[in-house]
Amino acid sequence: MALAPSSTPMLTQTDVARIRSEFPILKERPHGKPLVFLDSAASSQKPIQVIDAMDDYYRRYHANIHRGVYHISELATEAYEEARRKIARFIGAPEAEECIYVRNATEGINLVAYSWGRTNIRRGDAIVVTEMEHHSNLVPWQILAQQTGASLRFVRVTDDGMLDLHDLDRLLDGAKLFAFTAVSNTLGTVNDVAFLSARARAAGAVSVVDACQAVPRMPVDVAAWGSDFVAFSAHKMLGPTGVGIIWGRRELLEAMPPFMAGGGMIGVVRLESSTYAGIPARFEAGTPAIAEAVGFGVAVDYLTAIGMDRIHRYELELAAYALERLRKMKNVVVYGPGIEHRTGVISLTVGDIHAHDLATILDSEGICVRAGHHCNQPLMERLDVPATARASFYLYNTPAEVDALVAGIEKAKAIFKIA
Amino acid sequence: MNDFSGMDALYRDFILDHYRNPRNAGTLEQPDASFEDLNPLCGDKIRMDLRIRDGVVEDVKFKGRGCAISQASASLLTESIKGKRVAEIDAIGKEDVLENLGISISAARLKCALLGLKVLKQALALKYADD
Repeated sequence: MALAPSSTPMLTQTDVARIRSEFPILKERPHGKPLVFLDSAASSQKPIQVIDAMDDYYRRYHANIHRGVYHISELATEAYEEARRKIARFIGAPEAEECIYVRNATEGINLVAYSWGRTNIRRGDAIVVTEMEHHSNLVPWQILAQQTGASLRFVRVTDDGMLDLHDLDRLLDGAKLFAFTAVSNTLGTVNDVAFLSARARAAGAVSVVDACQAVPRMPVDVAAWGSDFVAFSAHKMLGPTGVGIIWGRRELLEAMPPFMAGGGMIGVVRLESSTYAGIPARFEAGTPAIAEAVGFGVAVDYLTAIGMDRIHRYELELAAYALERLRKMKNVVVYGPGIEHRTGVISLTVGDIHAHDLATILDSEGICVRAGHHCNQPLMERLDVPATARASFYLYNTPAEVDALVAGIEKAKAIFKIA
Repeated sequence: MNDFSGMDALYRDFILDHYRNPRNAGTLEQPDASFEDLNPLCGDKIRMDLRIRDGVVEDVKFKGRGCAISQASASLLTESIKGKRVAEIDAIGKEDVLENLGISISAARLKCALLGLKVLKQALALKYADD
């Protein structure tokens, strides 16, 4: 999806009020308090349109896909494939067939590691990853390296939470694969994916982008990025759990063996051997998450109707307001780079209050934040913090919820008797 | 602010005191039993060292990092086991730890409250498996 012209109007509080009215969960009152959901980086909430679309599928046209010749199976197949086309357009994929449905980004990255990795990585090869990766874009490469005898090289992180790129070309020299995140799930740091993908290609390495935190919150165009593989999950972008996408360039996907084997991914099956279907079917063995794919397509419709450029700018506005208020607070430490390099993901610590205690106290006010190492242990060690509380904003959050967060932190400070 | 909606009951003064001034903090040289474990989901970490003479815990030290609940619970536990026989310690259960804490712990935080006990039991299990 191309970057919308910046003349598109900002999301107003009226727009946000309408958006909020379409998320049933926001009417919940945990502990008798309004739900303040600040954990969308872990998983977003769902609008009624997505919930209804999945319900409608089960009520009216559930049947297995790509099998039945009867009417409702054709409806289901068409809905499943139409969702794929919507998702492809949404991320600027040149062809819908390059978008492989997987359970989530983790499975997508594992698919690349097992299928592309075990075909192309040999003893002595180098795999480059960064120090800010979610465990899902680190551990699969560790296993690949261990099993093939390849070595791992690391792009380090600077004190302000940016990638340290001063020796990138040296790290990429002779490397076969470069895996990196588009946006840090812990610090909110936005990486220059087009630049990193171009450096990878120049070095002859395949680029694998974890776009879990990017696709939900900013315009993404995988063709403009020039990457080779891009993974993301539906549940972080208003869609259901259990479905995600690994996008890959056709020529790479077509040269890859299946990851999982079974029904739906075959050409001709004999007792001794089989031929495999083309893409995407080759990588979609077994009955997939059909209702979830349909819901995913509707989530993409919902985001598209509002406009990713507006969502991105609104989230940055909220993040800037939150950073301004939090940085004024005594004994509050905010991690990560300045607003010009980040999204609406804010990791913080408060005095000697452990992140879990802070999260428990915020929960008593109905405020949901993530606490811990955010599946990011090497980065936490790099920053030398045991755990942080992480607030993340999305299109349905409001400045009043930032104020609630600040008030919740003040309460925690009062309970822990710190200034 | 005075409406703490139960949070002041959870984070009572003595809990904060044990968190900030843990009793029996540190390590023992050449302990008779020792174990370290962490809760991988949240990163809470506790190591416990024991000196045992004739089946009695003569001394205990613990070292850890984590939330107030996990650290205070471990600190209280070390106080309660000093001078006790290993057989008595074997009989300590979850309920005893929670009663000792004297606060109501939500399901999400139960692992924090019980990490110290888990480490203690594993230290003893290892020692008596070796003997």
